[in-house]
Amino acid sequence: MSMQKYIKDFPILKRKVNGKKLVYLDSAATSQKPIQVIKAITDFYMNHNANIHRALHTLSEEATIAYEQAREKVAAFINAESTEEIIFVRNTTEALNFASFGLRDMIKKDDKILTTTMEHHSNLIPWQQLAKMKKAKLDFVDFDKNGYLDMKMFDKKVNDAKIVAVTQASNVLGTINPIKKIAEKAKQSGSIIVVDGAQSVPHMTVDVQELQIDMLGFSGHKMLGPTGIGVLYARKELLEKMQPVLFGSDMIKYVSLSDAEWNDLPYKFEYGTSHIAGAIGLGAAIDYLTQIRMKEIRKHDIELTRYALKKVGKIATIYGPKKAEDRSGLIAFNLANIHPHDIAAILNQDGIAIRSGHHCAMPLHERLKISASARASFYLYNTKKEIDLLLKSLQRVKEIFS
Amino acid sequence: MDKEIYTELIMEHYKKPRNFGKILKADAEYSDANPLCGDEIKVYINFSNKKIKEIKFIGNGCAISQASASMLTDYVKGKDLEFVKKLDKDDVLKLLGIDLSFNRLKCALLPLKAIKMAVYSYFSK
Repeated sequence: MSMQKYIKDFPILKRKVNGKKLVYLDSAATSQKPIQVIKAITDFYMNHNANIHRALHTLSEEATIAYEQAREKVAAFINAESTEEIIFVRNTTEALNFASFGLRDMIKKDDKILTTTMEHHSNLIPWQQLAKMKKAKLDFVDFDKNGYLDMKMFDKKVNDAKIVAVTQASNVLGTINPIKKIAEKAKQSGSIIVVDGAQSVPHMTVDVQELQIDMLGFSGHKMLGPTGIGVLYARKELLEKMQPVLFGSDMIKYVSLSDAEWNDLPYKFEYGTSHIAGAIGLGAAIDYLTQIRMKEIRKHDIELTRYALKKVGKIATIYGPKKAEDRSGLIAFNLANIHPHDIAAILNQDGIAIRSGHHCAMPLHERLKISASARASFYLYNTKKEIDLLLKSLQRVKEIFS
Repeated sequence: MDKEIYTELIMEHYKKPRNFGKILKADAEYSDANPLCGDEIKVYINFSNKKIKEIKFIGNGCAISQASASMLTDYVKGKDLEFVKKLDKDDVLKLLGIDLSFNRLKCALLPLKAIKMAVYSYFSK
């Protein structure tokens, strides 16, 4: 497989867990980091560390340039029109909170916010709370038995929606939603379309202009970058209308004792000292992904997912679409009468790392009438051989519980 | 750390839990859940002379949480408030006969928490 040559770039994949070679199948929670990213962060702290946008000395100049270069890389990666539209935040959750709270002045009593029943809590609770605060209505588009969004229901409900908040790829069902169609309809209805890109941006080409997305949130740590750095993309005219969410230094232009004037974009939304090394690390991750090409990563994801659906599907119930092409690189599943915790614990004995629980999507699990699930998720460094090991270990789980 | 936690004893209690079921109109009830894993438990207790006369539980969860509930409910039968108050992590691990990793400990301790809360609620009435 063409991705095989990249495995050596990930030092952690050499380690052993419980005496077995690590099989890391939890990239939907956080990805591993290639040496190129680790080196970029180390190099910043060893050679260029200083605060940005503040001082005239050489180190500050170098740090500022590196930080702003990372912003350029992010803008190019998602094809934003300008770097003014790229706000560095901590993670997807913070991005979506900034989106909802930043739009607070545009939402009035009885306005409708439309989201779906397959959202991660990060794309549910910010809207739920905004609706409560403004006495606005929160409505949902449901999904069908195969895990696809009910587009007829969406068409009916989108007409009077002020905001449409939807995930591009479900972190449990794996479903990739038709964002372009959704955004077109949202545009026709005059609604703002906010997309949770946590599971999509790391795994496929996401072009915000082509998809006509108004706002997009994603995390650096799920796309080979460090934790603590994420991105909120929003169209410039929207950001201009939006209110800052957190206040303090760096986000102001002029301050008196009684008032303050906000800084230009994107700085209006970046408060305090930013995660400079994080942004630089994310920039290095984007370089790495771009060099491999997102198309290739997507192909690899589909190939592994198809293999996993076929193999694991024989002994487990897998949730979501049956077609690998319609899914991101993950499978959430259950083995009859065995709690996902027990599955994960036994797999761990074999050095296999998967996630178990409700994956921050409790309403979705309630909707599936299950309390939890096990989830194996893939990235460029995973192989079919690892899925064989997963299957072997799952068979051992069944034996222990038989 | 997770070595050998699925012992015969644990699996036996998991597959045939003791005291599984409900008590209608119990003197005390308490339900709790572990939001991270989806383990759920509800404990029902009847008292007599300030001692636990009857105790039952219903639940849904991993082998560790269910086995722990099975063993603990047996262990506290006939015991009083002081006894329950003193129960801690080490007692649960001794009963289970295994060592647990940090993340997994929460599963084992959920039933203890539910039993304690049910008992406390009865005595604070």
